[in-house]
Amino acid sequence: MPTNPSRLAYFPGCAMKDQARPDELGTLQALALLGYEVEEIPRWNCCGTVYSLAQDDLMRHVGPVRNLVRVQGMGEKRVLTLCAMCYGTLTRSARFVEEPERLERINAFMDTEDDFRGGIEVVHLLTLLRDEVGYEKLASQVKRSLDGLKVATYYGCVLLRPREFAVDDPERPEVMERVVEALGGTPTVFPERMECCGAYLTVGRSDVVEDRAGRILRSARGNGADLVVTTCPLCQFNLDKRRPAGAPSLPVLYLGQILAWAMGVDEPAVAALLTDEPATGKPVPSGV
Amino acid sequence: MNEITVFIMGKGYRVPAGLTIMKAMEYAGYLLNRGCGCRGGYCGACATVYRLPGDYKLYADLACQTPVQDGMYIAQLPFTPAERPAYALENLTPDGATLLALFPELARCVACNTCTKACPQKLEVMDAVQSSLRGDIRQVAEFTFDCVSCGLCTMRCPAEISHHHVWQLSRRLNGAYLTPRAEHVKTRVEEIAAGKFKGELDKLVTMTKDELVAAYKARQIEA
Repeated sequence: MPTNPSRLAYFPGCAMKDQARPDELGTLQALALLGYEVEEIPRWNCCGTVYSLAQDDLMRHVGPVRNLVRVQGMGEKRVLTLCAMCYGTLTRSARFVEEPERLERINAFMDTEDDFRGGIEVVHLLTLLRDEVGYEKLASQVKRSLDGLKVATYYGCVLLRPREFAVDDPERPEVMERVVEALGGTPTVFPERMECCGAYLTVGRSDVVEDRAGRILRSARGNGADLVVTTCPLCQFNLDKRRPAGAPSLPVLYLGQILAWAMGVDEPAVAALLTDEPATGKPVPSGV
Repeated sequence: MNEITVFIMGKGYRVPAGLTIMKAMEYAGYLLNRGCGCRGGYCGACATVYRLPGDYKLYADLACQTPVQDGMYIAQLPFTPAERPAYALENLTPDGATLLALFPELARCVACNTCTKACPQKLEVMDAVQSSLRGDIRQVAEFTFDCVSCGLCTMRCPAEISHHHVWQLSRRLNGAYLTPRAEHVKTRVEEIAAGKFKGELDKLVTMTKDELVAAYKARQIEA
């Protein structure tokens, strides 16, 4: 089936439609400005959130694979997600069912759907910007430079671990830094950028998450950052909403928000960090 | 008479073809005082599961709406145990966090779609669970508008979600917070309270029969 390269099947995931809604709007507008026709996949379900490591628990792969069936039904070969957790579960399940026996068993169970035939690639906002758009084109599309704003690039876990599913070198990643550079920001590489935020301990053991969030934010601030960006709504929630008393107050944004602002999209969270001063072009940090 | 064999709770009976499961059970001698309500497919009391010979699938439907088939194995599920936490609607906000706080098992959904397959109303039950998880209360209410609370999805769910209670809460939240107010109803209620129609009503109730008949015949009818 011929596919339109600018048409982009999009899997939002639950967070993007709920607490992370502000992350989604600007990001999608920015993708439209980059020439993509983003189309939300119909009747998508939760990605499964936490990838199941049990070898015999095929049921846990039904959710992610069902989403891939929907992408297949659109006639598309790739699907975009903006969330690191969704990227992890969808990518790993797509790989898991590459083994024919597993695929056959899952297809037999999902008897109300078309059989999944495999061959769907899952892309993340970062890999899309790197591998399809490219840093140079991205830089050329910037309408408003971040003008040296010091952006701490926080990866967290699932973008880089386990190694075989990493979006970049799991020990020395650079994709997020290169994107920030392309947008005119100054990436702040800090030691805790690949530390876990505490993830779902936020539900039952928020004290652990607070401890980790405090460490990560102090490290980012200590290395001179004006703000932190993530590409995971859960990391963003944990670093921002589980910020312990006394931790640095620097903003924690979704990467798509600074992308959107740079592309000229209205993005109040970024605008609040920068006061437009065309005469000098100097950023004015918001006092954090 | 064209008779077929059905197995009710494991015991075989010869019953006339063409009966519903409910009628067949009564024909076989069952007195239904639970698991039987409106007999019209609306009340959801007569949830039933069955299998057919040579078919691995377990089917679910309403006994009052489903014709018997030869060799059918039938069991009724007159009541579905399901936890329904107490809540005060006026203290809730219409979002996903509210649903998850009261029904945390929603997050256990693995998108297996077994609920959808069990639904006698042919609702997109799994899609409603997924809409709950992303906090789209209005969509949940719309997906589940025709739910009869039979509990079959809840019985089949591997995540042990109490679907019909979540749906009821979602429809209540939708009605209380997300649906536009019917301003004309409010206005009319205020007019009635203020006595706008009292004169006409008093006139009507004091009329003689002949006057009433004459007024009726002279009434204006909308075209």
